[in-house]
Amino acid sequence: MKRLSRKQIMIIIGLLAFYAVTNFMINKNIIDSYLQLNMIVIGINIILAVSLNLITGFTGQFSLGHAAFMSIGAYTSAILTANFGQPFILSIVLSGAAAAIAGILIGVPTLRLKGDYLAIATLGFGEIVRILALNIDYIGGAIGFNDIPQYTNWTWTFILTAATIVLIYNFINSYHGRACAAIREDEIAAEIMGVNATYYKVLAFAMGAFFAGIAGALYANYFYFIKPDSFGFMKSIDILVIVVFGGMKSIAGSIVGAIVLTIISSFLQGIPELRMIIYSLILFGIMIYRPTGLIGDDKFIIGKKKRRSI
Amino acid sequence: MPVLKVNNLTKTFGGISAVTDVSLDIEAGEIIGIIGPNGAGKTTFFNLLTGLYSPNSGDIIYNLDSKITTHDLKPHKITHYGISRTFQNIRLFQNMSVMDNVLIGFHSELKYGVFCALFRLPSYFKSENEIYKKTDRLLDRLNLLDKKYELAKNLPYGDQRKLEIARALAANPKILLLDEPAAGMNPRETRELMNLIKWIKDEFRLTVILIEHDMSLVMNICERIFVFDYGNLIASGTPEEVQQNKKVVKAYLGEEVE
Ligand SMILES: Nc1ncnc2c1ncn2[C@@H]1O[C@H](COP(=O)(O)OP(=O)(O)OP(=O)(O)O)[C@@H](O)[C@H]1O
Ligand SMILES: [Mg+2]
Repeated sequence: MKRLSRKQIMIIIGLLAFYAVTNFMINKNIIDSYLQLNMIVIGINIILAVSLNLITGFTGQFSLGHAAFMSIGAYTSAILTANFGQPFILSIVLSGAAAAIAGILIGVPTLRLKGDYLAIATLGFGEIVRILALNIDYIGGAIGFNDIPQYTNWTWTFILTAATIVLIYNFINSYHGRACAAIREDEIAAEIMGVNATYYKVLAFAMGAFFAGIAGALYANYFYFIKPDSFGFMKSIDILVIVVFGGMKSIAGSIVGAIVLTIISSFLQGIPELRMIIYSLILFGIMIYRPTGLIGDDKFIIGKKKRRSI
Repeated sequence: MPVLKVNNLTKTFGGISAVTDVSLDIEAGEIIGIIGPNGAGKTTFFNLLTGLYSPNSGDIIYNLDSKITTHDLKPHKITHYGISRTFQNIRLFQNMSVMDNVLIGFHSELKYGVFCALFRLPSYFKSENEIYKKTDRLLDRLNLLDKKYELAKNLPYGDQRKLEIARALAANPKILLLDEPAAGMNPRETRELMNLIKWIKDEFRLTVILIEHDMSLVMNICERIFVFDYGNLIASGTPEEVQQNKKVVKAYLGEEVE
């Protein structure tokens, strides 16, 4: 295992080139604001999907409350930037931290639950967060939070998306990540081999929440305006759909899934009913023809056929 | 000083007593066999020894690097103490490679923090390189190296049992508990397993405690045998002694013998 393999160096160069080109095109107005909006939404969705994949795909903890963590991050950043005039970088970090703390608080009691029970508990958590937000006047209640400064731009989105991918990839390819995978495969065997399952489940949950919180901050500071219903149950399902569509246990899958589904849903923006139908059809298709998701599993990660030096 | 001492251990499930008032001593370096009819409480005994169940009464005392008593026995801590086990119904990480299964066996040896992992600080590379080398060496010694990248679930049955032993050995135990390692193996595989157990015992300086129904294996390699029946420890001794024991014959044949 070397510091950087040749392939990784190529990826880094590719990413830098991609950023340079897109940024140049934005400055020259070749990429218009509508396209830029979609690029930013794709970035946010990638962060959400990859972070949920850490919880659900890699660690095997079925969560239906991911949008709630996004919501906590979004409101934290809105308060910090709009009400307290804090710099964006600080508010991003604190948004992630706030969501992570919520992840620990909800994770400690619920993560001993399995499968369906955990799904219901996380669903309930998501609703609690939404209803709390609806009833707190300080953050606008049902009317929503207005006049959030627009700090999010393509550069922030690109950097944070890339950082999320790299950090979660690194985590997964460490013994901590292997411990999470072992819990998914067989919790009792994992414990017997020395893995503290409770610790790792809460850790994965908190990390996933952290990045979802960052996605929330990007969202809030891009759209000026947030309201509790933007982060409801359906948003959590949307994120889960991306993960399942792209492939559980596949970071590449979550990236491709976020890109494809964001583009599809942007085309169907005007007709939300049709969007749900098409989403369902896509899911049916995936489940029937590629149950492991678009990219299958493990393309990027442990268990792969040939392990290059990382 | 015995490496493992069990005093009056009892475990009940609802009405039934799966392990009843069992006391025994095990010395370091022995190969111990535990036999008994189905439902005798052998696996329950292992689950008590590894913290998966907590006893209703009685004590378990390990004299390893330090003295480990019943309340220290949390499942995720036993490898830290030097205790490692396999399962009767193989519990591999099915969708992970042979290599990853063994890598997880090294979990308690790895120390670098989450921060090191996220940012790939030097200690990450150092530890991981070391562990990958150790994994290769262990797989090589157990003749599994050529299957390194195969998924655990795709291995033939005998290799799955062997991989579970490899994973247990990766934790660098002093005491190895094997729950029916020969179950489902053909006679040739059983013979190989017998040699393997003898070999790892010397090579890794282990105390081995194994549950087994295959009498040829037990009588061949175990220095001492404990016999369970309906949760009770009914006999113990060398293979010859146990074979002569009337209670044992009765437990197995289920009838009075003259
Ligand atoms: N978790 C449990 N809950 C309830 N009863 C249990 C549990 N585990 C074991 N038992 C019961 O305890 C008794 C002993 O079971 P155990 O699995 O220890 O037997 P064993 O000696 O390993 O048998 P075998 O040779 O079939 O593996 C059985 O009656 C079993 O039904
Ligand atoms: Mg058993």
